[in-house]
Amino acid sequence: MDYEICIGLETHVQVKTRTKVFCACPTEFGAEPNSNVCPVCLGYPGSLPVINEEAIRKTVLAGMLVGAKIAHYSKFDRKNYFYPDMPKNYQISQYDLPLVIGGTVEYDFGVVDKKRLGETKTCRLTRIHLEEDVGKNSHFERTSGVDFNRAGTPLMEIVSEPDLSSSDEAFAYLTALKEILIYGGISDCDMEKGQVRCDVNISVRPKGQKELGQKVEIKNMNTFSGVRHAVDYEARRQMETLRRGGRLLQETRRWDDTAGVTESMRTKEHAHDYRYFPEPDLLPVSLSEEWLAEVRKLVPEMPSAKRKRMVERYGIPPYDAGVLSADAALADYFEAAAQVSKNPKSVANWVTNDLLRDLAEAKLTIEQSPVKPPHIAELVELVDSGKISSKMAKDVFVELFKTGKTPAAIVAEKGWVQVSDTGAIEKFCDEVIAANAKIVADFKAGKEVALNALTGQVMKFSKGKANPQAVRDTLRRKLTG
Amino acid sequence: MNLTELTIHELSDRLAKKEISAAELARDVVARTESVEPKLHAFLEWKGEELLAAARDMDERRARGEALGPLAGIPVGIKDVLNVKGHTCRCGSKILEGYGAPYDATVIAKLRAAGAIPFGRLNMDEFAMGSSTENSAFGVTHNPWDLERIPGGSSGGSAAAVAAGEVPATLGSDTGGSIRQPASLCGVVGLKPTYGRVSRFGLVAFASSLDQIGPFTKDVTDAALMLGTISGRDPNDSTSVPEPVPDYTKALTGDVEGMKLGLPKEYFIPGMDKEVEAAVRAAVDKLASLGAEIVEISLPHSDYGLAVYYIIATAEASANLARFDGVRYGSRAKDAKDPIDMYGRTRGAGFGPEVTRRIILGTYVLSSGYYDAYYLRAQKVRTLIRRDFMEAFKKCDAIVTPTTPSAAFKIGEKSEDPLTMYLSDIFTVNVNLAGICGVSLPCGFTKQPKLPVGLQVLGKPFGEETILKVAHAYEQATGWHKERPHFPPGQLPLPTDE
Repeated sequence: MDYEICIGLETHVQVKTRTKVFCACPTEFGAEPNSNVCPVCLGYPGSLPVINEEAIRKTVLAGMLVGAKIAHYSKFDRKNYFYPDMPKNYQISQYDLPLVIGGTVEYDFGVVDKKRLGETKTCRLTRIHLEEDVGKNSHFERTSGVDFNRAGTPLMEIVSEPDLSSSDEAFAYLTALKEILIYGGISDCDMEKGQVRCDVNISVRPKGQKELGQKVEIKNMNTFSGVRHAVDYEARRQMETLRRGGRLLQETRRWDDTAGVTESMRTKEHAHDYRYFPEPDLLPVSLSEEWLAEVRKLVPEMPSAKRKRMVERYGIPPYDAGVLSADAALADYFEAAAQVSKNPKSVANWVTNDLLRDLAEAKLTIEQSPVKPPHIAELVELVDSGKISSKMAKDVFVELFKTGKTPAAIVAEKGWVQVSDTGAIEKFCDEVIAANAKIVADFKAGKEVALNALTGQVMKFSKGKANPQAVRDTLRRKLTG
Repeated sequence: MNLTELTIHELSDRLAKKEISAAELARDVVARTESVEPKLHAFLEWKGEELLAAARDMDERRARGEALGPLAGIPVGIKDVLNVKGHTCRCGSKILEGYGAPYDATVIAKLRAAGAIPFGRLNMDEFAMGSSTENSAFGVTHNPWDLERIPGGSSGGSAAAVAAGEVPATLGSDTGGSIRQPASLCGVVGLKPTYGRVSRFGLVAFASSLDQIGPFTKDVTDAALMLGTISGRDPNDSTSVPEPVPDYTKALTGDVEGMKLGLPKEYFIPGMDKEVEAAVRAAVDKLASLGAEIVEISLPHSDYGLAVYYIIATAEASANLARFDGVRYGSRAKDAKDPIDMYGRTRGAGFGPEVTRRIILGTYVLSSGYYDAYYLRAQKVRTLIRRDFMEAFKKCDAIVTPTTPSAAFKIGEKSEDPLTMYLSDIFTVNVNLAGICGVSLPCGFTKQPKLPVGLQVLGKPFGEETILKVAHAYEQATGWHKERPHFPPGQLPLPTDE
């Protein structure tokens, strides 16, 4: 029998705020264990949470970016369970009234296969809610320790509908989600720092069946490739179990990356009863129209919309537009240059090829680029007006990257001005014609390529400064005229 | 004369005139405390030297002519449930052995800013769960009027310390009556402010949606002074309200002429102590004679109060007390196999039976499959109880009731039967469920033995000025508050000044 896979993801993303969600401790990563803590995030007796407005703002902004409904009235709840990394032994989360309801994420298969670029699908979201992170347990030889620096860091939980039907789709969805969140300045989504973690809900059902199959949850995945492998393994396991006539249990499993298998953590009978109830220490959240309007102003243009607009407005190839729009800062850089240039296509070329290559080599971000947008526009203009050759332009760019001077200054300094002066070119041409009787004869006999050889000779003669097109024209006129 | 017999306003007056010094007052507080504590056990601990040093410092500042707060040099006893930086804060529980508060509760910071000196740790029922202090892990507090009797609870130490003249005022907390009930049983003034009036930051939570901090004092004027000091919006407590804080003493005009006082028919129940009922009815007559108009009102959902209270309070407590797990502070059981084993052993050894009972009850009512039947329904009835009061306040300015159905009972009398014990809060719990304010003040005594009876005056949200006005007028017209217990036994009551 043929089966289809249904995957829903619960993605926990660290919200980018300066301070924690319920206290004023900094959210910085990598500090001494238990240095960014206070009575509130340590769950000391008598301490009370106070909501960080920025965390609410960013969660709402995320909702706007995925076209979701923003709840005018929302509240926090306590989720009760005991674990040493949890300071209060309850987590402040949101149960039945999340900040964000619904929404969609469009993902592109180009991230799993370049040839499928532009092939997109949409995954519906159930909700997005805000909650606090827990601490981090460490196990030593004979003891264990808890670092509470991370406790109280704001987390957004983004819950998707079971719309994803393959590991590729899960991967593409996560990539698209990450792109959106980075774009909106909502999260840095730094995987190395554990800023994105997800739980995978997966089931299989016979093709054509409406009801979902038995759901299995795989907890705490912290890489996208891990999700891909875990989904592949788990889907295969479920289908094989069913094919053998076996039954699937509702259970929670964990992914063992080394062994490449999922293994059971607990079954339904041992599922936690979280005993959610409204958090009495926090007031419900009411968002006014004015407040929402302010947040709406922060909504940036999303990558897919930006891509389309760039192609239309600047006439650049979709591939270049894709590269440029994937990073908001890069897109801004390109647009700053393109807007002052008559040739945005060429600008896009320079940015996506030379600039990105050199930045990568120098390990610099686009914001740190020594070459500024007007420089690129100026360089393109120098080539297009015939002042320098394309080949010279490459050398100018190298200098530009090294020194940060303007292209005009570099050209003047190095004397790299292209010779378009007819008198000089005429003289070069005459000399080359005189010295290469054989090639001249070939050309006259109808061998068109011979003109290239002659042009090359003239260029060499001029030390590369002659305008190649002018040289070609002059030679042709002299030899055929 | 021992200076601790005086009220805050009398002491402040003399301190300001430099007739007495803060150091003299502190010495008297320490002397009185040392002499009565062996019999009373209101304090779990106190630091006499620390109080004396702070008092001398205050005297020096006064001598230098510095501007001092309205409570400059006044020692205030603190219930063991409030964090005072550098002090223990055990909440009457073994599980917080070894915990030292790293910060001041907001009310403590406000007291300090007013010049008051936090003093000692006052006994209480463990985690404020109880009505007698018998649930303290560190022994019962005795009622200064009769040492064989309980002082009430949970803030029993706070009430007894004021009644026995150890300190001029104390702070307690009230979740279902824990200030008003012991105030009533010890014959002092105890005030539970409107929910949100006083910051809860630094108050170890029992039931977050019900808890409020309030003062115990010798008279209503002092209650007004203390309330004005500790009230106000606190950025550290989201549930505190940005309502302006008036000078509450300005409301104490003694004039209740034309005020409408509601008498709820549900608050005079069969089975309540006859002498208590008589004292309260006499108090109502007294208020009428002062010109107040008495109107009968009804609070129809009153009967459900205790049931609703024991669902909501225990549900919140089951989460609030989850943090006491031995991981970060307090006691930790040894030789645990794993974290779960450590939790079980630490909590099993650290919590007393009443706290354990309430955690289990609260866990149960929140459990999947029971939530709707218990917690959710209780929340709905809570709304009805609040609505009862709001309707009643359309007909009257304040409500008068007995504070408790009987005077102080004997130690051990009810400790075996939690349900009977819970009944002592029958007139007080609804006030917390409704989030309104209430004050208990002395309104007479039973005869054999002589035990104080309390009158409860309730007001609408942020109606503290009104209830203080009524309480003050009654107090001034009767003088019950000047009666002092014969304590220690055999000793005559100290003469009250003026």
